[in-house]
Amino acid sequence: MTEAPTDTLSGRVAAAEAARSPWRDVWDQFRHHRGAMFGVWVLGLILLVVLAGPWIWHLDPTKSDILARNKPASWAHPLGSDHLGRDLLARMMAGGRISLAVGVTAMVLSILLGTLIGALSGYFRKIDTLLMRITDLFLALPLLPLLLLMMTLFRDPLAKTFGPEGGIFILIVGGIALTSWMHTARIVRGEVLVVKEREFVLAARSIGTPPHRIITRHILPNVLSPVMVSATLGIASAIITESALSFLGLGFPPDFPTWGRLLFDAMERIQLYPWQVILPGIAISLTVLSVNYIGNGLRDALDPRIRGR
Amino acid sequence: MFNYTLRSLAIAIPTLLIISLVIFLLLEAAPGDPLGEVPLTVPPEVKEKMRTALGLDAAWYIRYLLWLKQFFWIEPLHLVDRIFGTGYAQGMQRVISFQSRLPVMDVIAERIPQTLVVVGMAYLLGVLIAVPIGILQAYRQYGLFDQVGSFVAMIGFSVPTFFTGTLLIIIFAIKLHWFPSVYDTTLRVTDWSSFWAQVRQMTLPVAVLALANASQFSSYMRASMLDNLGQDYVRTARAKGMSERVVVLVHVLRNSLIAVVTVIALGIPGIFGGAIITEQVFKVNGLGQQLISSIHANDLPMVMTLTFIFAILIILFNLIADILYGLLDPRIRYD
Repeated sequence: MTEAPTDTLSGRVAAAEAARSPWRDVWDQFRHHRGAMFGVWVLGLILLVVLAGPWIWHLDPTKSDILARNKPASWAHPLGSDHLGRDLLARMMAGGRISLAVGVTAMVLSILLGTLIGALSGYFRKIDTLLMRITDLFLALPLLPLLLLMMTLFRDPLAKTFGPEGGIFILIVGGIALTSWMHTARIVRGEVLVVKEREFVLAARSIGTPPHRIITRHILPNVLSPVMVSATLGIASAIITESALSFLGLGFPPDFPTWGRLLFDAMERIQLYPWQVILPGIAISLTVLSVNYIGNGLRDALDPRIRGR
Repeated sequence: MFNYTLRSLAIAIPTLLIISLVIFLLLEAAPGDPLGEVPLTVPPEVKEKMRTALGLDAAWYIRYLLWLKQFFWIEPLHLVDRIFGTGYAQGMQRVISFQSRLPVMDVIAERIPQTLVVVGMAYLLGVLIAVPIGILQAYRQYGLFDQVGSFVAMIGFSVPTFFTGTLLIIIFAIKLHWFPSVYDTTLRVTDWSSFWAQVRQMTLPVAVLALANASQFSSYMRASMLDNLGQDYVRTARAKGMSERVVVLVHVLRNSLIAVVTVIALGIPGIFGGAIITEQVFKVNGLGQQLISSIHANDLPMVMTLTFIFAILIILFNLIADILYGLLDPRIRYD
């Protein structure tokens, strides 16, 4: 592109346009989305506190101090302490790490599964009907009841093999991924069906590129934008699902707290110490809100029909 | 249209069968033992007899077929007997709960009113709030009302219902004492004071669910109105000199509702699932709460039947949404 003749006016315009990468356009659009920028800042702040916080705040989230039970906020415990005298700031940071790890891991698994099924289904006509039938079947399943069921049924055997923490993590992440890949699969399939008819795919096929490489090198990069949006919104819904499971008492064990579990534990003392309930609730809500705003901003920025308006 | 409906029904039946098999096998693969709660002092041969009495010693496919027969044949027959006073289902084994030793369907019938009253009311209220808000938002797009509305809707579906619920409990039940925090299901509405008590105890759970539903629907309504406001027929209607009121509230609204009505129909099964959490927060003893307590008690027949009923609702309302869409929108032709 840079070797294009630059002496004519149209050539110069083309060169100037080529210098701007499409991602730059996306970023420019994204930057002007007020909600999305709010989301980026808030999420960034939450991530900073949760990830870097423990280096500054050294209290152990599981160490109990019976003399300092249910204390209000003070210099020793900036967010107070819970019914066993454990520091709430340390517990919130520990809980946030797990909540966010669950959200991100579940989203990655769900997107991988959804993209795999969607791409196979869109590219290979032979298995399309079968895979879409399976997708429809999954969409017709009552997901929350099934998730609850999986949590109770497979908690103990998985805890035996992978340890109490690892087992429940695998179970929750796997359960959320298994019950949330369908929309991604449908979106990816739709996009693949359109992209695979384009000329560059035909060109790739005519020089003998094997199907798996056509999918990974030529088709998937072109369906990236809807997948990215779906992934962002997926983190939000995974965090909500995990906290809902924990809230129903079927999530993480109490000595391995997440925000949802902290809220659930504090429910017993809601009359006396409502603050202990509100704190994790605000953390969950702010995280989900900012992730949703980022997702919306991404969707607007990646949509070429809206971009530039 | 008729052919399409028949075809969808024909697909729905095997789908339901597969789903029931999936749920059954999931329960089967579970390591939990329904007799795990029986005290250790019970001798093993008695335990074996109990196992036989519960029908647990048969092979899984026999128990699956038996469940299918009980659910699709005996329970409907029993319902017919109940209504017409006949005796077709006499002496036939119904689906029995391990936990309460009562027929599963009787327990479910006891629980349904609470769920329907709270959840149904919330859904209705959510839709009634969302439609006018969506219309106003779309009519003045990017105006102040639209901005505020979008922000509230965003909060509405970002904040999980268990947190809005607990927040409302803290504010209105604990601090202000305006509403009770626990739903009392033994309350019978007999006079004005008990009716007032019922309204008060329903306020918080209904408010939580209505907010969640309204925020979802208002954004659908807004998007659908915006789609239609830009159409040519709107310009034509204005050019004909129709009043703005007629243009927006008759022409545009009716066309926008087509898409929203199907979304509303699709959401109905979801409310039963979503209500699981709200019922837990406010201790409403509806279907969702029953499901959770049965899961904890390893009550396999109850869990199986309840989950399957949720699946039936989903498939049924998907079908209804499909058909409604075809009926309402003359541009959609399925044949």
